[in-house]
Amino acid sequence: MLTAESLQRIDREIAKYPPDQKQSAVMAALAIAQEEKGWLPNEAIEFVANYLGMPPIAAFEVATFYNMYDLKPVGKYKISVCTNLPCMLSGGVDAGKYLKKKLGIEYNETTADGLITLKEGECMGACGDAPVMIVNNRRMCSWMNPEQIDKLLAELK
Amino acid sequence: MAILGAINPMLTVGLEGDKAWRLADYVKRGGYSALRRILEQNMAQGDVINEVKKSVLRGRGGAGFPTGLKWSFMPRSFPGDKYVVCNSDEGEPGTFKDRDILRYDPHSVIEGMAIAAYAMGAGRGYNYIHGEIWEIYQRFEEALAEARAAGLIGKNILGSGFDFELFAHHGYGAYICGEETALLESIEGKKGQPRFKPPFPASFGLYGKPTTINNTETFASIPYIMNLGGESYLNAGKPNNGGTKLFSVSGHVNRPGNYEIPLGTPFATLLEMAGGMRAGRKLKACIPGGSSAPVVPAAMMMDCTMDYDSISKAGSMLGSGAVIVMDESTCMVRALERLSFFYYEESCGQCTPCREGTSWLYKVVHRIEHGHGRSDDLALLESVTTNIMGRTICALGDAASMPVQSFVKHFRDEFAYHIDNKKCLVPVDVQRAGSGFFTATV
Repeated sequence: MLTAESLQRIDREIAKYPPDQKQSAVMAALAIAQEEKGWLPNEAIEFVANYLGMPPIAAFEVATFYNMYDLKPVGKYKISVCTNLPCMLSGGVDAGKYLKKKLGIEYNETTADGLITLKEGECMGACGDAPVMIVNNRRMCSWMNPEQIDKLLAELK
Repeated sequence: MAILGAINPMLTVGLEGDKAWRLADYVKRGGYSALRRILEQNMAQGDVINEVKKSVLRGRGGAGFPTGLKWSFMPRSFPGDKYVVCNSDEGEPGTFKDRDILRYDPHSVIEGMAIAAYAMGAGRGYNYIHGEIWEIYQRFEEALAEARAAGLIGKNILGSGFDFELFAHHGYGAYICGEETALLESIEGKKGQPRFKPPFPASFGLYGKPTTINNTETFASIPYIMNLGGESYLNAGKPNNGGTKLFSVSGHVNRPGNYEIPLGTPFATLLEMAGGMRAGRKLKACIPGGSSAPVVPAAMMMDCTMDYDSISKAGSMLGSGAVIVMDESTCMVRALERLSFFYYEESCGQCTPCREGTSWLYKVVHRIEHGHGRSDDLALLESVTTNIMGRTICALGDAASMPVQSFVKHFRDEFAYHIDNKKCLVPVDVQRAGSGFFTATV
């Protein structure tokens, strides 16, 4: 189900917790599974649960509770835009509108070529850098004015 | 560099340059000397806690609870496992100081946690890092590896016989995990739903063991307190408000960013440090302590000093020190609509008043903003907030209610105008210009 490399990474996470608390690694393990698969299909969640020796329903609870897990397929790149108040005051909402217009999609939609999914995110803890967006849960992009957004889109192939 | 200015700083001294976060640089500026001295002198645990008490350091995450007192709640003679946990799940809109502390000075957090662990007899710690800041999480892991290799965490630290293992736990997008018991549930690999208290974490915390949770900036302040002495640290601020603090300034200012200033510094000074108001527009209102804190109108805010007591007198909270600045281009209904959406989205769903109430608050503010407000909507908002507050397990319900109450109280005319005229008092093009995003029309 998961590659040896992913399993190795999960094992390193398990080692952070007391031996009888393997379930503590579930958030990291789901994130690793998502990174490998591109999203979290039910089978991956179940696999992670079994790997950690926890009931699958408990892993489903975690996967559905935290909003950075993708329970449906997303584009090759997922761009989450922060539109919360501090970002909104400095153009976060406008940046979202600009992206929607450029890509021809709304939030929670994917471009026809499957390249980009657009999401509205919640506070990313980087309000001083507004507008901010995150690509694939990993890369934070700061001060995203129209030129910067154009540059980012040109780079995402 | 997003730490843009300081007055008499402690936390942000010497953080310029790409390598300032590395162990070697931290040691060069005096890092780990406090931990070293405590271990070498075999200092009594109670003496460490007393020093922190003397400093009147108050929790930097939002609640402002005295740190030394919190530490003294831990059962020191408890024979089993005990934990210290760092709350770096910084997701309160407006707050972005812990991210910079972890980015530029991660070892101060590690040293602070090690000292805390020593003082409370804890053998293990976790730093819970906000899901959205993956790059910062990776850096913290690297800093941990440096500290481990240098014998500053792990077994028999600096030959003292004191053991302390420390790990990083990466969140994955849930504001509620900033609530300390939700955070513990999350580390245990569960949904982040707050626990009913009591029992408090000091008696029943992570894995049911005694646990103390402090904010990132709180831990980062500990080495400075131990080096300076509690009293000098206190004097750097003002009575009952010890030390300096990082303020995250966002919104309609020319230089949004983090600023370290002594507690008690006038708001006007902080605003000036942040480059003043954008495009010379006038200050309309300010949320002084993160999105959960009540909004304060301009005139009142200009009279405040930045400390727990002054902001509390103005009817708000210093909270996490997140200062959201709004100028005259801001529509207060729209601003509140976005905040209410946030709490609706982030309510964990455990308590009915919060789960249902936050949805009501958002829907009512949304319809006012979009021209469908009803004449009794303001009374309805008031009634929903009073039915949420004090009726939930954690403070998220209160946090969702306080913005609503304060926005409606201070800007009632603007809400009434929206309801009566089905449009905004602030012209749309003025609002649009406010964000400064569009230089050309799109």
